[in-house]
Amino acid sequence: MTFSVQAAVAGRGFDVSLALGPAETVAVMGANGAGKSTLLNVIAGLLQPDSGTAELDGRTLFDLTEGRGEWTAPHRRGTALLAQEPLLFPHLSVLENVAFGPRSAGVSKQAARESALKWLGEVEATELQSRRPAELSGGQAQRVAVARALAADPGLLLLDEPMAALDIHAAPLLRRLLKRVLAGRRAIIITHDVLDALMLADRVVIFENGRISEEGPTRDVLQRPRSRFAAGLAGLNFVAGHITEHGLQAGALNLFGHHDAAAPLPTGQPGVAVFPPSAVSVFLTEAHGSPRNSFAVTITDLEPHGDGIRVRAGVGGQLSADITPAASVDLGLAPGMQVYFVIKAGAVAIYPS
Amino acid sequence: MRQTRNGGYGGVPRWIYVLAAAGGLFVVLPLAAMVAKVNWTQFIPLVTSEASLQALGLSLRTSAASTVLCIVLGVPLALVLARGSFPGQRFLRSLVLLPLVLPPVVGGIALLYTFGRQGLLGRTLEVAGLQIAFSTTAVVLAQTFVALPFLVVSLEGALRTAGNRYEAVAATLGAGPTTVLRRVTLPLVLPGLASGAVLSFARSLGEFGATLTFAGSLQGVTRTLPLEIYLQRETDADAAVALSLVLVAVAVAVVALAYRSPRAAERAPSGNGERTTPARAPGGAAR
Amino acid sequence: MSTRTHARTVVITAVLMLGLAACAPASTTPSASQSAGSESPASQSPGATGQVSGTITVFAAASLKATFTQLASDFEAKNPGTRIVLSFAGSSDLVTQITQGAPADVFASADTKNMTKLADAKLLDGTAKDFATNVLEIAVPPSNPASIASFAELAKAGVKVVVCASQVPCGAAADTVEKAAGVTLAPVSEESSVTDVLGKVTSGEADAGLVYVTDVKGAGGKVRGIPFDESGRAVNTYPIATVGSSRNKELAEAFIAMVTGADGKKTLSEAGFGAP
Repeated sequence: MTFSVQAAVAGRGFDVSLALGPAETVAVMGANGAGKSTLLNVIAGLLQPDSGTAELDGRTLFDLTEGRGEWTAPHRRGTALLAQEPLLFPHLSVLENVAFGPRSAGVSKQAARESALKWLGEVEATELQSRRPAELSGGQAQRVAVARALAADPGLLLLDEPMAALDIHAAPLLRRLLKRVLAGRRAIIITHDVLDALMLADRVVIFENGRISEEGPTRDVLQRPRSRFAAGLAGLNFVAGHITEHGLQAGALNLFGHHDAAAPLPTGQPGVAVFPPSAVSVFLTEAHGSPRNSFAVTITDLEPHGDGIRVRAGVGGQLSADITPAASVDLGLAPGMQVYFVIKAGAVAIYPS
Repeated sequence: MRQTRNGGYGGVPRWIYVLAAAGGLFVVLPLAAMVAKVNWTQFIPLVTSEASLQALGLSLRTSAASTVLCIVLGVPLALVLARGSFPGQRFLRSLVLLPLVLPPVVGGIALLYTFGRQGLLGRTLEVAGLQIAFSTTAVVLAQTFVALPFLVVSLEGALRTAGNRYEAVAATLGAGPTTVLRRVTLPLVLPGLASGAVLSFARSLGEFGATLTFAGSLQGVTRTLPLEIYLQRETDADAAVALSLVLVAVAVAVVALAYRSPRAAERAPSGNGERTTPARAPGGAAR
Repeated sequence: MSTRTHARTVVITAVLMLGLAACAPASTTPSASQSAGSESPASQSPGATGQVSGTITVFAAASLKATFTQLASDFEAKNPGTRIVLSFAGSSDLVTQITQGAPADVFASADTKNMTKLADAKLLDGTAKDFATNVLEIAVPPSNPASIASFAELAKAGVKVVVCASQVPCGAAADTVEKAAGVTLAPVSEESSVTDVLGKVTSGEADAGLVYVTDVKGAGGKVRGIPFDESGRAVNTYPIATVGSSRNKELAEAFIAMVTGADGKKTLSEAGFGAP
């Protein structure tokens, strides 16, 4: 009993293949426009891909391979969609909203009502049952929307940034709620927040330019990102290049680092070097002494980061160093200055990509 | 800086108010002039004469019937125009809106050549035992012809403004297209549908040219209030003015109904944390 | 989206105004060139009879459209330097317009009742002269689907007859004829103008209609006329008069003289009008 999808939308450069186990929750992350919502719309049946197939628990959602043209209408798919905005039907009460799915499935009024009450209880919103959506706060409305989606008893729950429109007080509440209701349930959740991926998902999938660039258990991806996007999520500096005997060669830059593989890494293979900004020191002159990395960069930006200052440098500000405000003042740092980033080799993790 | 009542920036130059006042007067003054001409001592007898009452009754009945017909035909049209996508959609929209720009007489002539005895469908209908010319049905058809675009335009606008996101969500919750239409789409655009229906009713009530050309004029059968006014004007200006006032009063009531503020139920959610339950007066007595 | 909505509102408003404009009767038909008459009555030499000039406006009943258009252009041809502007509408409409101060020099009515209204309001110069008569005739489609041959046959069951409403002159005439013939008609429609009655017959909607002889003639071959004896019981008389506020009474009188004279009689008779 699984879910699998393979779909391509030529106009959007979208080509993705993904499968989910029976009780697996997958977080989909990626930059805006990477194709995350396209994936959900294709699965839900709101967008028809140019080619591909999808199957849910043995039922064909669509099969657009050569010579076939199966297409299951959205309402027969069992893939409830929860969007960024709750989109509660404004003319129905909270209870009627939650009962909408069961009623559409042909359940009797009384049974649909009981089911709705059960799910409202599940999201701790029973006392809101007779209100109109306009009388709810954003957080309340999204909780009701979760109950409504679950009441439809979907085989696959699709969540499109459910926390994005909530304020910072309401989001943690909903996150805890989702953690509870998603346990043992098959779901795909689009999120920008690494916390959602860690708390809610078993697995994370990184989208870049309409394709999956990286996927794996959330913790692994965050600890050993193989894509620039995942490294950014984990708050790590990321350099892609080729593995050498002592580290990584990326253009003119030669980084020394360590790896945790049992055998030596195969030299000449594509690999990545990853290191935290806190491991980077900034000097005005070149520092020597092994095992150290030291290279010249031009500062692009200085920005506050926690208690300190984040120094962004290199092409597109891709490398960062975290230093104290005092150090920044002592060094007289300003954008456009050339400085040296110095990193201990022990802080640089190298692995094949 | 001019300020609006709410303290926000108004941004309307003062001279615009002068032109706006002129525009308002342009509409109000002729109505006032007509009211000034009303022979008040004779008003009640004039508007309660048998001919007047029959004309008013006929107008209300036929307008109600044509409004129903507009809804039956116009809702599907608006849905197809707003939600569908097919070749010739823009062309269909222009065609549907055509009665708005056609002189009503032209509409009447067109209907004559469709439903008249010698018309496209009229001959077939006559064989089937249906005679439309000179009947109340002809009045309803004429009114529907000119009023239909009002309903379609209002409803299509409401459908486009509402968007299809609620409908998409409803579908993923398992609702089939008919259920979505009945439980989501139509309730969402109900205000637009209502104002469209009211406008159609008002347009039907005022229909004159197409009715005169297509349906004829017979007391109690096809002579609606506008036709009665036109006829009374020949001999009895007082009666014409009195009946005009009745028609104006009905029209004002209808338009007021269409544009009464429907905002009460649409307050935006605050989105600012959990809101406290609105205090409710016990038993609703203190409201 | 809001731009679209605005555009739509503008369109609807424009459309409503168009609709209003379409309803307004506009039938002023200048018969000659666009040049406006510049001469004032004061510039005319007194005593020069037959030497008229300037411009006058003639308000005439709609049924006179063909004949008066002809007469006006004949008049202009015979009297260089004159211009006759014609305005056609229902007689009662024209009376209302003159009462409200419309600049008419001559009024030709389709009935004496409307002329009397102007006389009673002291808006005429002198008295009105009758210049033509008109009688009713049965108009049927060329194929005569209901096989009508006499007035009494209009009352046959299933015959769709259209007449004028009693409020307008042709309807009053129809009532008189009905009484005289002892026939009670059950019309399917009582129109407010004789042209509407004619239209119902030409389009084939009605089996028969009661219109004026001149209407049948004017319709060419689109309807067939069936004269009947009782029509003589309701003869419609057409009077013509100078309007009191006219600023070129000399020209107005000259035009009336032509209409009531030999030239006028000939043209009117060709159109089917009778002599008073």
